[in-house]
Amino acid sequence: MMRDTIILRVVTKLLLPVILIFALYVQFHGDYGPGGGFQAGVAAAAAIILYGMVFGIPAAQHVISKSVVQIMIPLGVLIFAGTGVAGLLLGENYLNYSPFGSHSEAGQHLGILIVEAGVFITVASTMLAIFYGFGGLADEADAAAAEKSEESEE
Amino acid sequence: MTTILADLNYWVTVFLLVGGLYIVVAHGNMIKKLVGLSIFQTSVYLLFISPGKVLGGTAPIIAEGFDVYSNPLPHVLILTAIVVGVATIALGLALVVRIHKSYGTIEEDELHDLESDA
Amino acid sequence: MVITVVGIIRAHNLFAVVMLGGVYSFLMATVMVILDAVDVSMTEAAVGAGMSTVLLLAVLHLTQTREAPLRHTPAIPLIVCLLTGGALVYGTLDLPPFGEANAPQNQHVAPYYIENAEHETGSPNIVTAVLASYRGYDTLGEVTVIFTAGIGVLILLASGLRPRRRKNVDSEQDPKDNAA
Repeated sequence: MMRDTIILRVVTKLLLPVILIFALYVQFHGDYGPGGGFQAGVAAAAAIILYGMVFGIPAAQHVISKSVVQIMIPLGVLIFAGTGVAGLLLGENYLNYSPFGSHSEAGQHLGILIVEAGVFITVASTMLAIFYGFGGLADEADAAAAEKSEESEE
Repeated sequence: MTTILADLNYWVTVFLLVGGLYIVVAHGNMIKKLVGLSIFQTSVYLLFISPGKVLGGTAPIIAEGFDVYSNPLPHVLILTAIVVGVATIALGLALVVRIHKSYGTIEEDELHDLESDA
Repeated sequence: MVITVVGIIRAHNLFAVVMLGGVYSFLMATVMVILDAVDVSMTEAAVGAGMSTVLLLAVLHLTQTREAPLRHTPAIPLIVCLLTGGALVYGTLDLPPFGEANAPQNQHVAPYYIENAEHETGSPNIVTAVLASYRGYDTLGEVTVIFTAGIGVLILLASGLRPRRRKNVDSEQDPKDNAA
């Protein structure tokens, strides 16, 4: 890929923290402005994907390894579903967040934050897992092609 | 004249939908089929969002000084649909890669030839 | 947007198709802003133009970048599509005109959400409130779908990539595909 381009490397390093902070802003400001778990998840995944495209997928997997991603995918769903169960245990309907807070509005607000966090985790890790899957294959193909061309040169 | 303008958004939607459908049905290349499928999907987004717009309204975020808001419900439905859409497209692409690995082609016609030879 | 779609239909180079797809997604995101759907627009720009373009490029890298010419005349698909389009246009004649506040879809549950979302959930962004609270079941279902799709991709890509039966077709094809 593009591992040798210095401009790309420097610009990527500058952009990475900005993208990640923007993702978190979108995540937690989603109550007041446009945004939420889905958008923030994709933005955070995009930051890691950018890193992986410029510095190579092994470097990206050094940051977040494949096994962590694979644990995070079901974790997000479990957080979401678990929030529903927690509401059930506290004596309300499934996915009704009212009992979490001192009054129903605060409870709803907290519930929304937790659920959005679950969405964020699942979306971001699924996108990363998909990228690792395809990108890993592409690297394998590259390696095979390189071997082949070396053979033909000999 | 007013009726034409009033229904224009639906006609654009219909055109996009038919264009996507044509790509899916008529083209044999699987990547192109998937791009067509996503165009088809986006036309559905437009179909949901455009009737929810209220003329003179603003985005559905409560703020001082605004009384008219567009309909938030279709936004919610489509928001999730977009992310689900890309996940399904990724699943389709994974299938395409597997087919390419196993048969060496992603053209439907060539796959048919391979099957009838075997 | 319409022009981009025509371009996608006509282009045979799959790179051009993918790039036009990205352009199309950005245009769609702009239209969404005009239609007041800022959340949707953000998602469409990030997902449609960003993620899917990257994924499609990765797949192009793994497979081939040119589309074979059509072998049969596209007459029958064309007729089918035109009939569908005609029926749909006929159907639009009954739909309420654009931007009408009194249209049925804007009078059902939407006014309730707009009036009560802020003081019932403490979230001024109605879209977030509806997404996470009023329609929590929907969103839970969608997250499960994403989860399932992710698992499916992992299974498809991870399990034994050794080609099962190699015909003579692909042995010459690999080098020039990887030139991309």
